[in-house]
Amino acid sequence: MFEIVQLGEQAVITLEGLAALLFGLKRRDFRLIGPTLRDQAIVYDDIDTIADLPRGWSDEQDGGRYRLVQRGDDRLFGYAVGPQSWKHYLHPPMLSLWRAEKRERGFEIIAPDETLPRFAFLGVRACELKAIAIQDRVFLGDSFTDPHYRRRREGAFIIALNCSHAGGTCFCASMNTGPKVEAGFDLSLTELIESDVHSFLVEIGSVEGVELLAEVSSREASSEDRAQAEAVVANTAANMGRKMEADGLKELLARNLDHKRWDEVAQRCLTCANCTMVCPTCFCTSVEDASDLAGEKAERRRRWDSCFTMDFSYLHGGSVRNSPKSRYRQWMTHKLSTWFDQFGTSGCVGCGRCISWCPVGIDITEEVHAIRESEVK
Amino acid sequence: MAIQNELTATLPITDPMLPRLTRVLVRRREGPETLTLELEAGAAAPAFLPGQFNMLYAFGIGEVAISMSGDPAVADRLVHTIRAVGETSTALTRLEAGDHVGVRGPFGAGWPMEAAYGCDVIVVAGGLGLAPLRPALYRILAERERYGKVVLLYGTRSPTDILYRHELERWRRRLDVQIEVTVDYANGPWHGHVGSVTTLIRRTDFDPLHGIAMVCGPETMMRVTALALKEAGLKEDAIYLSMERNMKCAIGFCGHCQFGPHFICKDGPVLRYDRLGDLLRLKEI
Repeated sequence: MFEIVQLGEQAVITLEGLAALLFGLKRRDFRLIGPTLRDQAIVYDDIDTIADLPRGWSDEQDGGRYRLVQRGDDRLFGYAVGPQSWKHYLHPPMLSLWRAEKRERGFEIIAPDETLPRFAFLGVRACELKAIAIQDRVFLGDSFTDPHYRRRREGAFIIALNCSHAGGTCFCASMNTGPKVEAGFDLSLTELIESDVHSFLVEIGSVEGVELLAEVSSREASSEDRAQAEAVVANTAANMGRKMEADGLKELLARNLDHKRWDEVAQRCLTCANCTMVCPTCFCTSVEDASDLAGEKAERRRRWDSCFTMDFSYLHGGSVRNSPKSRYRQWMTHKLSTWFDQFGTSGCVGCGRCISWCPVGIDITEEVHAIRESEVK
Repeated sequence: MAIQNELTATLPITDPMLPRLTRVLVRRREGPETLTLELEAGAAAPAFLPGQFNMLYAFGIGEVAISMSGDPAVADRLVHTIRAVGETSTALTRLEAGDHVGVRGPFGAGWPMEAAYGCDVIVVAGGLGLAPLRPALYRILAERERYGKVVLLYGTRSPTDILYRHELERWRRRLDVQIEVTVDYANGPWHGHVGSVTTLIRRTDFDPLHGIAMVCGPETMMRVTALALKEAGLKEDAIYLSMERNMKCAIGFCGHCQFGPHFICKDGPVLRYDRLGDLLRLKEI
């Protein structure tokens, strides 16, 4: 066992080493979340040991299509992203903001008691790390901070993953967000399987990562290990299922708000909101007020909302965005154009979820391509 | 992994979604469905800028954005004029003196009070749009010497819908302010203007090169008003509109109030026309 002294260093651990890492996190009372197999999909959920991981599974993804398939090997992370993203934990779909209770005169507002265990996320892809950084800008921005997001986010321990499998709808390489993990992790893994040897190249990204890895049996990474790991991400980058022409996207869409393609895509779009639910950066919410039958107690809840609903833009008398065309346009131009104005970055990380989980297979890369092509003509 | 954002690292955790409680002090009927609530500001209430708004919460019903319509120089009261249009605004209009209201705010960017120093100020209000403009008028009148010619053009449906009638009558007696009120139709005794507020712009004399317009009303009214102001010679960057969109949080998190690149809650509600113009021409933005 060698001694790790600085960030950026790389070590190699075995399957047992990974098991010991997870044990170390559990022992520190982290709530450990990682990929699991549920409802015929890869879903991020509570895990205890590496036995809970989807060993030997992969996926086939295309527009409106997601299927799990057996790989025929023992990879623990041999699949692309599933329907869920980490926002499920950092920005929960439903949250109680506060309660109110009637008093003799008026009422009282009671803030929630949010004592939460620290999250440890296992298997965070490069595109997902970028998505988390994008939501950081939304919720920890210049003027206001969301305390609920901040509590969950600040304590999170992140074990990132360099992808070994490019999904059929992936296009992170086009968006410059992957597949290689660059920053924002405590530890990162590259899964290596070479002639029956199953191991992980680990890169250290934080002091806490150093401490955790120090408890695990590891060896120094050789130049062959590094070359192998580089080859894994290079291979993934070369096999992206989709490609997005990202240059000048902001301006392209901003000058095409009345393009006829919006009418065309509206013929197919069901405005079901699936794309916004699976998108790792979509952050919109609504609030709901509930009270008991006696009218004594009330609660204010926040839940995910979508710009695809009629209610979203409702203003006394009607919705501002009545047509499916205007709602699709709002979603896509926000993601790829006005997001730059608002947060200085794209709102799209190229994870491809919106393509796979669209029931009619609308493909954001294809929509962009159509608008771009029409300008060339 | 630590957040890659130095901005928040040192901030204490406070919750901008948590309202503070205030009580209704005065409830005053303004028109058939409209009334004004004066709320106790309390020591915790920050000063507000003309054009800003609060989120008001009615117990168990909901929260709604309502503009500040009182005098910004009066610190102990929050004045809100509310029209009963939805569940929450209706619940708010049913509150009596002594009842509790939850308040968050003030939020948003206000009217260009300082940018207008030395300029002719054309204030154009449509209907309830007078409410968010009233704090600007209070401020202008309190610092009257800092501004050039001051004109208020106010259009409303009928004489019974006129807001703040006594105040308007009082201001009209001043010799340093021009106040014109027009109605869509004249029921009862009325010898003022009849017709849209844009027709008054053509009849108003101001210096377009040193003028600023503050406009609030229904979106269609603001669109045609801005065009009429441009025709009268005002530049696009001298026209300010107060926009309205669905709002759930008022702090840029819920996403509902987006208008192109703008979050109406924090970039607005008051926005300069040159930043809005192209979008206002499109439907369903």
